Amino acid sequence: MKINKNVSISENGFVFNPTTGESFTVNPIGVEIINMIKMHSPEEEIKKFILEKYATDSSGFDKDFYDFIQMLKSYNLFDEENEENEN
Amino acid sequence: MKNTDKIKYERPIIKRLDAGIPNKFGLRTEYTPMTHIDNVSVKSLVAEFGSPLFVVSEKTIRNTYNQTKRAFTLRYPKVQFAWSYKTNYLDAVCHVFHQEGSWAEVVSGFEYDKAIANGVNGKNIIFNGPDKSESDIEKAINNDSLLHIDHLDELYMVIEMAEKTNKKPKVSIRVNMDTGIYPMWDRFGFNYETGQAWDALNKIMFSQKLELMGLHCHIGTFMLAPYAYSTAAYKLADLALAVEKKFNHNIKYIDLGGGFPSKNTLKGSFLPGNDSNPSIDEFAEAISSALINAGFHPEKLPLLILETGRALIDDAGYLISSVIANKRLSSGKRATIIDAGVNIMFTSFWYDHKVSPAQPFTHYTEDTVLYGPLCMNIDVIRENISLPLLNKGDNLVISMVGAYNMTQWMQFITLRPKIVMIDLNGKVHLIRDSETNATLTDLERVPEHLKKFDL
Amino acid sequence: MKKKYCIAVTGLNAIDSPGPGISVIRGIRDSKDFDCRIIGFAYESLEPGIYMHDIIDKTYQIPYPSSGTDALMERLNYIHATEGLDVIIPNFDAELYSFIKLEPKLKEMGIKVFLPTLEQFEERHKVNLPKFGQKYNIRVPFSREIFSSNEIYGLSKDFTYPLVVKGKYYDAYIAYSAEQAINYFGKISSKWGLPIVIQEFIKGTEYNVIGLGDGKGNTIAAVPMRKQYITDKGKAWGGITIEDKDLLKITDSFLSQTKWRGGFELEMMKSPKNEYFLLEINPRIPAWVYLAVGAGQNIPEAVVKLALGEEVEPFKTYQTGKMFVRYSWDMIVDLDDFQKISTFGEL
Repeated sequence: MKINKNVSISENGFVFNPTTGESFTVNPIGVEIINMIKMHSPEEEIKKFILEKYATDSSGFDKDFYDFIQMLKSYNLFDEENEENEN
Repeated sequence: MKNTDKIKYERPIIKRLDAGIPNKFGLRTEYTPMTHIDNVSVKSLVAEFGSPLFVVSEKTIRNTYNQTKRAFTLRYPKVQFAWSYKTNYLDAVCHVFHQEGSWAEVVSGFEYDKAIANGVNGKNIIFNGPDKSESDIEKAINNDSLLHIDHLDELYMVIEMAEKTNKKPKVSIRVNMDTGIYPMWDRFGFNYETGQAWDALNKIMFSQKLELMGLHCHIGTFMLAPYAYSTAAYKLADLALAVEKKFNHNIKYIDLGGGFPSKNTLKGSFLPGNDSNPSIDEFAEAISSALINAGFHPEKLPLLILETGRALIDDAGYLISSVIANKRLSSGKRATIIDAGVNIMFTSFWYDHKVSPAQPFTHYTEDTVLYGPLCMNIDVIRENISLPLLNKGDNLVISMVGAYNMTQWMQFITLRPKIVMIDLNGKVHLIRDSETNATLTDLERVPEHLKKFDL
Repeated sequence: MKKKYCIAVTGLNAIDSPGPGISVIRGIRDSKDFDCRIIGFAYESLEPGIYMHDIIDKTYQIPYPSSGTDALMERLNYIHATEGLDVIIPNFDAELYSFIKLEPKLKEMGIKVFLPTLEQFEERHKVNLPKFGQKYNIRVPFSREIFSSNEIYGLSKDFTYPLVVKGKYYDAYIAYSAEQAINYFGKISSKWGLPIVIQEFIKGTEYNVIGLGDGKGNTIAAVPMRKQYITDKGKAWGGITIEDKDLLKITDSFLSQTKWRGGFELEMMKSPKNEYFLLEINPRIPAWVYLAVGAGQNIPEAVVKLALGEEVEPFKTYQTGKMFVRYSWDMIVDLDDFQKISTFGEL
């Protein structure tokens, strides 16, 4: 997972993708997740962090996390080209 | 860290800013959480009675009734309400209305018997509708109930029964008419413009076997045009005065039926019903001024009867529901499945019901389609609603569901849930238990030869 | 020293089918009698007015009319606490209902509006136009409301094609066949709901009158205009003030009979027989109001004064032959501004 390096995210959850010109809003927990992805935190670490901070369980969060990642992908916020090299 | 010390979880979302061409038509968002109904917590109701759960507020019924009554009595000296059983004939609900002084308005033998069983004096029952059997009519005549005749076949039957019972039935006719609104309901009663109604009145008067008490009409449902009622009132008054002139007979009452809207929002309307639907005062003003100006002798002003149902009970009903699941549709749209479907929420076919989460939430929302639990494509509670981020197990409160849902609901796919009433002191009473399999299977019979099978 | 008022204005969508907000603000800013702080009320984050910092001091997003008056009131309370509003000038048909309903509450808060009464607003509704014409003896095209596209095939009883298919609040299309009418029915009803108004098509030249009534039957302002160039959306791109006693007479008669309160626009069609038909009454100031200002009748300024309860002398004259030519202008905007309005709802 690698967020397109040009994508900027502000503290208040405004996301701008300069390659497509699209902008988005993200809620605070979403900002945390995107920032962790940007810092190259592995999935397990992100999940562990969220589960420790928020009142939720792992199966509940798994589903939401997967959905969120899917949405980020569908909005072309991942750097698809470099993705393969990483894996 | 214990779970309780942690921050309340909200699922992560990302929303594209589709700030295209400014348009003026936005989604409604229900911003405030509804954690309590009449000071009783939604969570405690669910814990005790399960979900889904219908909740009826006795306080709201009484307040709405008294406000409505006041709107009319302020403007017209003689007013009587008759509770429209079909709108909500739960015995507890009927009892509240009868305690407040409402008569009963019924449209079938079943409802008639229910009113009698509720202890309503036969004299205070108005019997409407196109389907009254011979035994229904006989019962009504013997109890001195008010028979509102719908068609000529019924009129002749009542005359026959009058001869048979040797009593003088108290009757009215239902009149339909053009009040300038669309659609015009001409399937019930006798038409005004074509002279059918006048003809029926003549038949009644000449028969000398019936006591003509009043005139009745019911021009439509969820009416948004108060002026239509003033037209209806004028036309009925015109008939009443004609009867007085020709037969020197006083019409005792004019029954304008119901059809007043609640504050619900009809699908396809731009403004929410709470803002745009006319208030009951506007209807009261239209009706009262028409009757007062119609030319009745001040001492012979007829009693005004109103059979309004929806406007009196809709606000008092809530449906508590729970989130079963969240999913993402192939279009990318969010879908939320809740445990209350159209089988018990018939009115979601024509209203955009207000849906409020029953727990606090942040201002982040998602455009969501709200599905019921049935394995049926039509089971949609809201096609498009902007909702905060709900988790599985969260509760929702659907507001203004008091009219028709608890009578038109279907036993389909699943069993019907409990109904509770919150009394004036905040005490919760179970007023209808949930169904069990036995409720239904007890009525069924399997023929002997079908009983055995091997799989 | 001149007094300074805090005035909120909606309709900041100065796009190809423009809202009146920017022109209204220009009129207000032209006033020599008072100073002002202008607050923009926006619904969408790309309404151009939001980014015109030399015209609008601060913009707040407000909830759509369809969210209901409670949500609107909550937002207004918040804005009022920060800004201390003196006057609000709503400029969209669709939001007027809410502001008219809220007028008493706003008054308690010290915020003034100058709007028609609910009765006036409802009476002039497209849906009620035939009755309106009859009551006030104004010639109107034949029309009726329909609630279902199934009714369209039956229309040939009362109408001949072409006919005009109109939405409750906005949009109008000329249909030359039932198929087209059904198509327009779907298009308009999905956006603006029901009913849909079907109106007789009157051939002729369109004239418009902008005006202002004081609510007592007096004409404060009235300027007739002929559209010179009309866009494919039916909006005037250029127009010229004209001298036409008939149009002024119709306007005076409309105002003296209805006692209309506030700004308005009469959309008139002059038939080949030189008869005027009233097509529509827009219950608010139209987007071309600055032409009236340029011709000598500053209607936005007068609205502010009337709202504040001041006496306003009726305008007696205007210059004929004054023209407006609309143009578009590409502003350069920083992403930062867009981010602020999108995430915080204020800028």
